[in-house]
Amino acid sequence: MHRTGELFGQFETMDQQRESASLGMWVFLSTEVLFFGGMFMTYTLNRSTYPDVFGEASRSINLPLGAVNTIVLIASSLTMAMSVWASQVGKKQLLTIFLILTLILGSVFLGIKGIEYHEKFVEHHVPGLNFSFEPGASVATNAHAQLFFSLYFAMTGLHALHMIVGAGLLIWLIKQSLKGRFTPEYSTPVDLIGLYWHFVDIVWIFLFPLLYLIDRH
Amino acid sequence: MSEHHIVSPKIYIAIFFALMVCTLLTVYAATVDLNQYFSGLNIIVALVIATFKASLVVLFFMHGKYSPKRTQLVIICSVFWLAIMLFMTMSDYVTRLWS
Repeated sequence: MHRTGELFGQFETMDQQRESASLGMWVFLSTEVLFFGGMFMTYTLNRSTYPDVFGEASRSINLPLGAVNTIVLIASSLTMAMSVWASQVGKKQLLTIFLILTLILGSVFLGIKGIEYHEKFVEHHVPGLNFSFEPGASVATNAHAQLFFSLYFAMTGLHALHMIVGAGLLIWLIKQSLKGRFTPEYSTPVDLIGLYWHFVDIVWIFLFPLLYLIDRH
Repeated sequence: MSEHHIVSPKIYIAIFFALMVCTLLTVYAATVDLNQYFSGLNIIVALVIATFKASLVVLFFMHGKYSPKRTQLVIICSVFWLAIMLFMTMSDYVTRLWS
């Protein structure tokens, strides 16, 4: 394809190229909103149908771990935003450092998530696998609690899958940035993966109160 | 052009602290029985805080505030479509047991 420097032939200016790329990314992210939206829909319906059991099941999740994870993930969004800034002002070393910090914080998040999942396995709170909510719970309570935990694992699992994809993208970004590939003129991959990373953060911002904070009083 | 607006690290750090405060606030609010004042107030407060946090992330971390209008339109549409799905489905389900 015809290309002048970093400017591809179909664009007139660098700004136009940048705006088109981020517009495309936002269109992709709106499909992601609807992808997660289906699960939020299922959640809303089931929680409004079985509010008490959902509250009970939610209280069995480890709140301190969830809260720490929220802080870790928001911190990783900050370092990602700082990466975008570093690439815009051409600070190549800082860019690499912030990308590595983002990757580390993302991995810490996944590690803590793993500890939480382990707890749920030990407590027999994994749907289908020898599930038993509480000793002496009625058949109906058990069934509805299983619904809650199915949603818990599906929603946090899909979120974690997005984090793993994001971590892979970050590793690629770090390699490119070590080669000095990003300049103030061309930093599209950093901008777009940044948008993706923040989107995954937003999903968690909603998952946290909906899954961990039902009837904690 | 607007797209290449460089947001200063000071703003990013201020937003980060605002998000931290909101996280602590939402955990605290969940430990208080707000439902005694108004049924469902706990979930409303939790969702208002989460929506506020998400808006901060979109506007500043994701540069939504500095994006061209057509990008902002896509952002608004994605939320609108989600609202259609939630609203239409729930208005079906909550009106089924009318007999």
